[in-house]
Amino acid sequence: MTVAVEFKKVSRHFGAVKAVDEVDLKIDEGSFFAMLGPSGSGKTTSLRLISGFDQPSAGSIHIFGEACETTPPNRRPVNTVFQDYALFPHLTIRDNVAYGLMVRGVKKSLRHQEADEMLSLVKLDSYGDRKPAQLSGGQRQRVALARALVNKPRVLLLDEPLGALDLKLREQMQEELKALQQRLGITFVFVTHDQTEALSMADQIAVFNEGGIVQTGTPEEVYQRPRTKFVADFVGSSNLVPPQISAQLGGQSRWSSLKPEALTLIKHEGAGVVGTIKTVRYLGATNRVTIQVGETELSALLSNSGASWNKGDHVGLQVKPGALYAMEEST
Amino acid sequence: MRSDQRSSKWLKLAAISGLLFLHLPLLLIFLYAFTTEATSYQFPPPGLTLDWFEVTWNRADVWEALGLSVKVASISTVIALVLGTLCAAAVSRSRFFGREAISLLVILPIALPGIVTGISLRSAFNLADIPYSTLTIILGHATFCVVVVYNNAVARFRRLSISMIEASMDLGANSFQTFRYIVLPNIATAMLAGGMLAFALSFDEVIVTTFTAGQQATLPIWMLEELVRPRQRPVTNVVAMVVVLVTFLPILGAYYLTRSGTDTAGAGK
Repeated sequence: MTVAVEFKKVSRHFGAVKAVDEVDLKIDEGSFFAMLGPSGSGKTTSLRLISGFDQPSAGSIHIFGEACETTPPNRRPVNTVFQDYALFPHLTIRDNVAYGLMVRGVKKSLRHQEADEMLSLVKLDSYGDRKPAQLSGGQRQRVALARALVNKPRVLLLDEPLGALDLKLREQMQEELKALQQRLGITFVFVTHDQTEALSMADQIAVFNEGGIVQTGTPEEVYQRPRTKFVADFVGSSNLVPPQISAQLGGQSRWSSLKPEALTLIKHEGAGVVGTIKTVRYLGATNRVTIQVGETELSALLSNSGASWNKGDHVGLQVKPGALYAMEEST
Repeated sequence: MRSDQRSSKWLKLAAISGLLFLHLPLLLIFLYAFTTEATSYQFPPPGLTLDWFEVTWNRADVWEALGLSVKVASISTVIALVLGTLCAAAVSRSRFFGREAISLLVILPIALPGIVTGISLRSAFNLADIPYSTLTIILGHATFCVVVVYNNAVARFRRLSISMIEASMDLGANSFQTFRYIVLPNIATAMLAGGMLAFALSFDEVIVTTFTAGQQATLPIWMLEELVRPRQRPVTNVVAMVVVLVTFLPILGAYYLTRSGTDTAGAGK
């Protein structure tokens, strides 16, 4: 498989601030790649390094095998959908979309035809003559998408493109983006701080924290087997089990992640690990139960058909074999 | 209720007196453009006539002064447009050491009394051995014209979102194309407004001009000279009317342009 974008020990420092620090990264061609992380984790800087608006302080960036640290943005085979869409307010929607063709000298009739095709791709057929100010947020987002796609980029960069949309529109756009990516077969690189967005759309996720990539993998890997406490906390709804309790439950003596559905309760007599039920929340077929074990609070998802538990009960804890996944931190 | 009515009546009266205070002298100037008395401004005018318009039309010195004023105002406006816009672009688009200081220094000439600008320019021209001429007047006027253009342009540049320029580059445009197709259309009205104000300022400037002019007289200077020579006095009034109209229209235009231009740039959100 071809590698679309590759970072080799790439750093971008702003004075003492290490926005991106020695990052290695490979993005496969045709994949939907999410850069996930909290704000200030270096994901947007990484995206700007790919688009060329920023240059690395050290390391090298390859786009389809070509080193491109010094290539200006207008000569890279990538296009960007900006967070604020950055539509040109004085141009019509059609001219906005055709802009990339116009600056390349494509004839007016031809570029308008292609722009209309792009607009139809994002379901805005009849909006060509309007101005950006006359469109809703979701529509502007589609225009930004059409405008970036008209140049037929090999990599499309999306900088939190759904951040400004309301929840319902965002979910709809998530599906449309995913479908569009599969249809066009272009590599999408997507920056987001929303873990459900990353999990539901991406083929590959890179989790960023403090200027570095903490973990890269498929959504399942990142979600099920978080490598550090940070990933478990940021991505998953897993329990974070301290080393001591993990060891008592049969895992390694490290911080471990444990999914709520893998935790079961037994009568507390004779059990290795005991705790007190703090809350019981009824969820239909299951109950979500939180148990206080020493200073740790664990959450379990229990079937309603078994024994019933009440607040204040003293219980013993058991986990399914192999369900405790040891992370990097031992303390 | 009663006191409300009374106070609003007083406020109206105050507003009217304020307007009269500002504009009555102007009206007087207009009135004396039509008087039949040629040597003194006696009130009320002994009679009204349109003759002075014809007299003014036939006076070569008026045309010469008007021509010089238009030339000076046009050229200093063009200089101001180039320098002021570039300055605004530098200050708002990039960060560099001393940026705030430059911003202040650009605005300073308009805050300085004209007489200080005038004296300093005069000594500078002396030192550089530049003879006083139309060129020196233009340079003098450009100093404050730059400020007006800069102020207008800098406000617009601040509203121009940087991601729009990045988007243009991202879509394949080079710097020139980005300026031509994205930046210029978005700052054009601000430049026009700034240019009009600059033109109007230059057109009626006296103080800096007296220090930087040689033998030439711009229109305002000509008027000053004319006032001390009591010959065909109402001609001055006719010219004054023209000056009021010529400077008022661009200022009005600038006002409307900047007002309606608020939503033209950076509306990407």
